[in-house]
Amino acid sequence: MALGSTRTLVRMTATTASDLSSVTSSDAALRAFLHGLPGVDQVGAEQRAAMLGTRSIKTTAKAWAIDLAIRMVDLTTLEGADTPGKVRALCAKARRPDPADPTCPPVAAICVYPAMVPVAVEALAGSGIHTASVATAFPSGQAPLEVKLADTRAAVAAGADEIDMVINRGAFLSGRYLEVFEEIAAVKQACGDAHLKVILETGELATYDNVRRASWIGMLAGGDFIKTSTGKVPVAATLPVTLVMLEAVRDFRDLTGRQVGVKPAGGIRTTKDAVKYLVLVNETAGDDWLDPDWFRFGASTLLNDLLMQRTKLTTGVYSGPDYFTLD
Amino acid sequence: MSEARVAVRKTYKLFIGGKFPRSESGRSYIAQDANVALASRKDVRDAVVAARAAVKGWSGATAYNRGQILYRVAEMLEGRRDQFVGLGLSAGEVDEAIDRWVWYAGWSDKITQVYGGANPVAGPYFNLSAPEPTGVVGLAAPPSFLGLVSVIAPAIVTGNTAIVLAAKDAPLAAVTLAEVLATSDLPGGVVNILTGDPAETAPWLAAHMDVNAIDLTAVTDPALATSLEEAAAGNLKRVLRPPLTAPDWSADPGLTRMTAYLETKTVWHPKGI
Amino acid sequence: MFEYAPAPESRAVVDIKASYGLFIDGAFSDPADGASFKTINPASEEVLSEVAEGGPADVDRAVAAARKAYDKVWSRMPGRDRAKYLYRIARIIQERGRELAVLESLDNGKPIRESRDVDIPLVAAHFFYYAGWADKLPYAGFGPAPRPLGVAAQVIPWNFPLLMLAWKIAPALAAGNTVVLKPAETTPLTALLFAEICQQADLPPGVVNIVTGAGDTGRALVEHAGVDKIAFTGSTEVGKAIARSAAGSRKKVTLELGGKAANVLFEDAPIDQAVEGIVNGIFFNQGHVCCAGSRLLVQESVYEPVLASLKRRMARLRVGDPLDKNTDIGAINSAAQLERIRTLSDIGGEEGAERWSPPCDLPDNGFWFAPTIFTGVTQAHRIAREEIFGPVLSVLTFRTPAEAVEKANNTPYGLSAGVWTEKGSRILWMADRLRAGVVWANTFNKFDPTSPFGGYKESGYGREGGRHGLEAYLDV
Repeated sequence: MALGSTRTLVRMTATTASDLSSVTSSDAALRAFLHGLPGVDQVGAEQRAAMLGTRSIKTTAKAWAIDLAIRMVDLTTLEGADTPGKVRALCAKARRPDPADPTCPPVAAICVYPAMVPVAVEALAGSGIHTASVATAFPSGQAPLEVKLADTRAAVAAGADEIDMVINRGAFLSGRYLEVFEEIAAVKQACGDAHLKVILETGELATYDNVRRASWIGMLAGGDFIKTSTGKVPVAATLPVTLVMLEAVRDFRDLTGRQVGVKPAGGIRTTKDAVKYLVLVNETAGDDWLDPDWFRFGASTLLNDLLMQRTKLTTGVYSGPDYFTLD
Repeated sequence: MSEARVAVRKTYKLFIGGKFPRSESGRSYIAQDANVALASRKDVRDAVVAARAAVKGWSGATAYNRGQILYRVAEMLEGRRDQFVGLGLSAGEVDEAIDRWVWYAGWSDKITQVYGGANPVAGPYFNLSAPEPTGVVGLAAPPSFLGLVSVIAPAIVTGNTAIVLAAKDAPLAAVTLAEVLATSDLPGGVVNILTGDPAETAPWLAAHMDVNAIDLTAVTDPALATSLEEAAAGNLKRVLRPPLTAPDWSADPGLTRMTAYLETKTVWHPKGI
Repeated sequence: MFEYAPAPESRAVVDIKASYGLFIDGAFSDPADGASFKTINPASEEVLSEVAEGGPADVDRAVAAARKAYDKVWSRMPGRDRAKYLYRIARIIQERGRELAVLESLDNGKPIRESRDVDIPLVAAHFFYYAGWADKLPYAGFGPAPRPLGVAAQVIPWNFPLLMLAWKIAPALAAGNTVVLKPAETTPLTALLFAEICQQADLPPGVVNIVTGAGDTGRALVEHAGVDKIAFTGSTEVGKAIARSAAGSRKKVTLELGGKAANVLFEDAPIDQAVEGIVNGIFFNQGHVCCAGSRLLVQESVYEPVLASLKRRMARLRVGDPLDKNTDIGAINSAAQLERIRTLSDIGGEEGAERWSPPCDLPDNGFWFAPTIFTGVTQAHRIAREEIFGPVLSVLTFRTPAEAVEKANNTPYGLSAGVWTEKGSRILWMADRLRAGVVWANTFNKFDPTSPFGGYKESGYGREGGRHGLEAYLDV
């Protein structure tokens, strides 16, 4: 099926597989490609997401989903007030989210500012938990490219194996798509072996059409993940935005054979929310993305709710926040 | 003193597709002291073909354009007023008939607003209902001239095309009206007029599967009306039944003769960015 | 694999009696000849209840009760009071929504997600909408003092049992008529629960009468000399018979009949939403929808990707227990309907169309049919012309907008149509030319009490919903 739909999607987007690289050869070519992508009907996309939100995930399915969600958490602290002590505490929680239950899995990664990377790397040594660092003048990205690249290199040099960059929304919204692309490609190069997550800041992109186009720019430029939000603007991850991004990674793999991950971030606070996202993944991109290598939650408070629900499932009684660590 | 001039008499023929053919059957009959074409089932068939062919252009014309053409019919009729009086009609009836064309002409670009509208659905959708012509309408015409005009004008003003079965004993005004229509910029086929015996032709029209609606107002024989309505069920024609009491054609016509041949189409579209 | 554990809605919320009588003149009573029939759960073939089968004598009694209520009570009651009864009914339906949804899914086989999120909310909304009209009829555009017709005979189908009841009863009562309604023989239970709701609302006896039975009961009702109005939703074949039988009478007739809707997808469509729309268009309610988008017309330039997306999406459809909250496609309503779907589908294969269904495990008991598409279909195939009324989609292609219109309209039906394109002017161009009573552009299968619904050509006549829906119940 992949081959068949590759051929046909290419026709759909007015290009061919062999010249996919040529779509980024000029601003005009990239614009033509992005504007040739199928549009997104807002009402239809939101209704699909809402319908999937009505899936009733109970008992064994819920237990499975909660453990998977915990394993997908990028446990995040991105505050000016972050200290080494705070980060170390968070890392401890990442390793053993529920100290009372050794069967509880660790999270996927810790996500911090570059300055905190050395602390996190040390605290997570040997755990298999990734260290993600935001970079590129997060969250606004309003810095010269050289500064953004230096920011990236510093984080990688400090030991981060995942970089969460922000795209240049100003360039995107003014139609300078190639500039956005080239910046991401440059950051990708600066990452070296570190995985690159491209934050689209969907809350600032205004339309789902823009979310789809930005997703494709991020993927074409070499991003390993596309991520919704910084968590620093009023609108963060939503189900329909994530739906559109999941459709993008699905179509991109059909076209190129390369799989790209998705990370909704910000605003996902409850187990119920997280399970809705997993349903969305399951019924949009499919099983291949139901893995921490391909889907992450950028969250902080979500973890405790997942733990409380997990405890409820095993003990049969509702838990309370006093029984979980606040870090 | 000169000899009395020998008059040139008129041959009263059918009106199909904008032309004036004789009945394909070659038959005629005497009515109102004239030889009049006696339409056959094949004339019905030809008239339906002509009416169907005219639907696309006529229903696709702008309402403004249709209104002007109906008004043009009134102008032409006004000019031939004496001709109709000469057929034995009262001047008052002819005047009322002229005024009726004018009245319906004005409805062409108003009925959509009066009969359609926006629907406030509970969701992010644009939703609009608008009337559209049903297509080809068969009309059994009443003998009165005002009645004839009062059944044709509302059927066509909204974009339908019509096959008119003129009353058996009063065909001359109908054929003369055809001459008016033929000189009023009305596209050929929009109105087709068949003279003859509706008791013979109406069953073919009522059963025709390419006719969308039928008006039985002037069918005074209840058994015939019932059998025509039964035949019309074959393709679920919209049926205007005969009224309980004889219609008063001089009364305010209201909307029902227009809405009887209108379909309501409702269009939905999401509202989003 | 993310396997969703069963999430069944509880049956305990609904109390199904072992047997039901006819609801006439405000009370349940036995039929004159004591006949009855069983109604079963199509998902399990379990008998749910034994229901009275109304005969001619019962129809007589029901029509007489409706006449008396019309003459003595309902036609004389001020509109504002009729409104209050309808508002009461709307509220009770909202309060008992869960119960009605479960009962509907049990008796009909439709997924609880649809009965809960679509059918029952629309039922309540319909009563709420028409309640407001009851004291505003002079403003409806049908003259200063429009009169009701009298007694309405209403016959409804099994695909949306309670929703079709609402479409019939709400405008009829608002306009001042009384009704005798016959629900479909395979889905009588929510109508009988509605009868209880009428009692709960203290609706005057005889205003609503529910006479259960099959085709003969329906025929006796619509042919009854004492009715002034016939409203029927069902097959075109029966609709024609009703139109014939009403010929020569003074009964006003409205018919909402079959369809074979084209869902037209252009190359510039929002593909992901269009695929959702195709799926919703044909698999909603197991395809038991008169306005189902049963003919997909795809522009040739995007045929392959659309087909691939559609198949991928269909593979996600969850077929099974109607009461499971995660079920997308429930049971076929009856053995007879299943047989018809199978027969027409087999013919599709024999005529050379290529058949495809996603792998899915169907339950052993009950009536089931996997979601199915046929490709390589032409206008000449029977599956492209006849209403299958099941989860079976015929896929055809076109090259130009004019060809799409021609193919879409090339049917004796004209109930609904769909258009998918992001080009606004093309939507309006298409909407002008599609000969159908409802045109969904970039959406499908949307319903609302304010929005008129009904067909062109052999899909029937008259409109239900909105201001237009009142016309069917007023002497205009």
